[in-house]
Amino acid sequence: MHMSLAFGWFLLIFFGTVEADIFGTRHLNAPYKAIFFRFFNPDHGRAGFEAAYGFLMDLILAFILSGLLLAVIKRFSSGVVGLKKTTRLKTLDKIALASLWLIFPSRLLAESFTSGAYGTGSFLTGSLGTILASVFPAKEMAYPFWWLYSLSLGTFFILLPLTRYMHIPTELFLIFARNSGIRTGDQVGAFSEIETYSCSSCGICIDACQLNFSAGITNIQSAYLLKGIRNHENVGEIAHNCLMCGRCDSKCPVGIELTPIRMIRRRAEVTEVPYSNIWKRYFPDRLKIIPTKHVIREDYKWLPQAEPARADVIFFAGCMTHLTPSIKKSMVRILDASGVNYNFIDSDGGVCCGRPLMLAGQDKEARELINFNSQMIRKSGARTLVTSCPICYKVFKESYYLDIEILHHSQFIKMLIDEGQLKLGFLRKNVAYHTPCELGRGSGIYEEPKEVLKYVTRLQKTDCDDENSLCCGGSLANMKISSQVRKRIAGDALSVLTKGNPDILATACPLCKKTFSHATETRVADIAELVADALVIPHLKKNLSDAMVQIPATADIG
Amino acid sequence: MLCIECGGCSATCTTGNFTRFSLRELQILIKRGENATVRDNINKCMLCGKCTLVCPRGVNTRNVVMLAREAFQKNLIHAV
Repeated sequence: MHMSLAFGWFLLIFFGTVEADIFGTRHLNAPYKAIFFRFFNPDHGRAGFEAAYGFLMDLILAFILSGLLLAVIKRFSSGVVGLKKTTRLKTLDKIALASLWLIFPSRLLAESFTSGAYGTGSFLTGSLGTILASVFPAKEMAYPFWWLYSLSLGTFFILLPLTRYMHIPTELFLIFARNSGIRTGDQVGAFSEIETYSCSSCGICIDACQLNFSAGITNIQSAYLLKGIRNHENVGEIAHNCLMCGRCDSKCPVGIELTPIRMIRRRAEVTEVPYSNIWKRYFPDRLKIIPTKHVIREDYKWLPQAEPARADVIFFAGCMTHLTPSIKKSMVRILDASGVNYNFIDSDGGVCCGRPLMLAGQDKEARELINFNSQMIRKSGARTLVTSCPICYKVFKESYYLDIEILHHSQFIKMLIDEGQLKLGFLRKNVAYHTPCELGRGSGIYEEPKEVLKYVTRLQKTDCDDENSLCCGGSLANMKISSQVRKRIAGDALSVLTKGNPDILATACPLCKKTFSHATETRVADIAELVADALVIPHLKKNLSDAMVQIPATADIG
Repeated sequence: MLCIECGGCSATCTTGNFTRFSLRELQILIKRGENATVRDNINKCMLCGKCTLVCPRGVNTRNVVMLAREAFQKNLIHAV
């Protein structure tokens, strides 16, 4: 539909220009000679090459009109074209939409009336023209329709910068900039502005959003966020009410980086007042973000000095794993069984990794926690950091500047299996795997957890594998929804995951595990638990404490 | 209104492991209107979210902390 309208219109412009070039009096013509060609050359196109060219122009017009028909259907009955919901529009958008829809039918009628009056025209305009001419005085009626065509075309282009149709010119810049490797960073910039204007409000992100179909919340999706930013509204509430699951980001057909843009808006709570001056709306100032002036600063001065034991591998459980002790115990069993020299660095509680603060937009405060943890990790002298929580994993990888190997526990277990350090049996159970948002779409780790599961259980396929996985609803990124809403989201996700009636629902994130176990009767288990269950040698290869193997305290590990 | 003051939140609190910070205490202080202590202490929260997960009544404790902080922000700005 979009292709027929957009591409068809491009063809119309292109071939129309060529038409004016070939058949006009000069080679270079003013644009109106091409746009209103039939008006200025009503006698044109009776025979030969002229007629053939007329056939081509009619064909393109028919192409466009078919796309227009689909667009009209989509606007009024979106289910027919496959979308459950389409974007709600503001008044100005609706006026621009109406003028857009008028352009081609009025061109069709104008050309038909002219063709009917002069006996020219091809299969579409000619036939329609003949029919119309037999009923109406064609020559007189053509004139007002040419005016309608001209006015609707003009209105559309004048309103274009104020509406979502700005995406048409902006996407050109987006494609070139993106292909040069430019990406959005932590602050608003020219590229994020290009992306904001490139949104065509198609509504695919709304369809993908679980807050929409599971909870009926329909004012916070990315299309509305971007629209709010373009209209200089205060988007703080909208920006914070999001699971940050990344589904919209992965489904956006334009490839706009929706998640980073939302993060930028979370960092500042105040945006500018909407402009009342229409001139300013055509030439807006750069979208500025005024960062919140924190009058009271969070302070973490009370954080103690860290004195960790030295080890090769450190295991960082994270806040959420501490709330799911079975995962902790399983990881300890696995680490003991593998014979690796490790230290469970936050075994007595520990400090939060900092990502929940960052998700709330408080990067500077998170930095203090990050510094504390980084110092602790460096002091331990480890070469590898293993964590059982994807949230912690993501922040370690992206925001901590550590030069050691960072592994999620599924990757670590896979490594142990590949190197033969774990002896595992096989659990004869059917297992469905839920890809956590932060691990899958957030960090790009899809295969390792599944490989580990295939090693110890019978892994089923689900309808929401890999990039299509559904969020459990437990997200720390959303602080606005209630636990009832989260339960609904979890319930809907579970009904898809448990369609194949698995014995166990496996996951790789403690928060997902907790959220799901509150909402289902099926056993929910972390990968670590399943691997620990499958360990053949239950007695532990003790953490080798030989003086030879232990890292001497005086060694220089950089 | 929902809170039954069971103390589960404070028990699991990450910050509570290192300081005297107790969400239950702060919540009681707010109810009593003693905002000064709350204002000085509310910033110690790391927003990790364990309290919300543990709460038997499903109170969104994390959001309570955020709202309290915002309220104090606004208060101070107007005061100056």
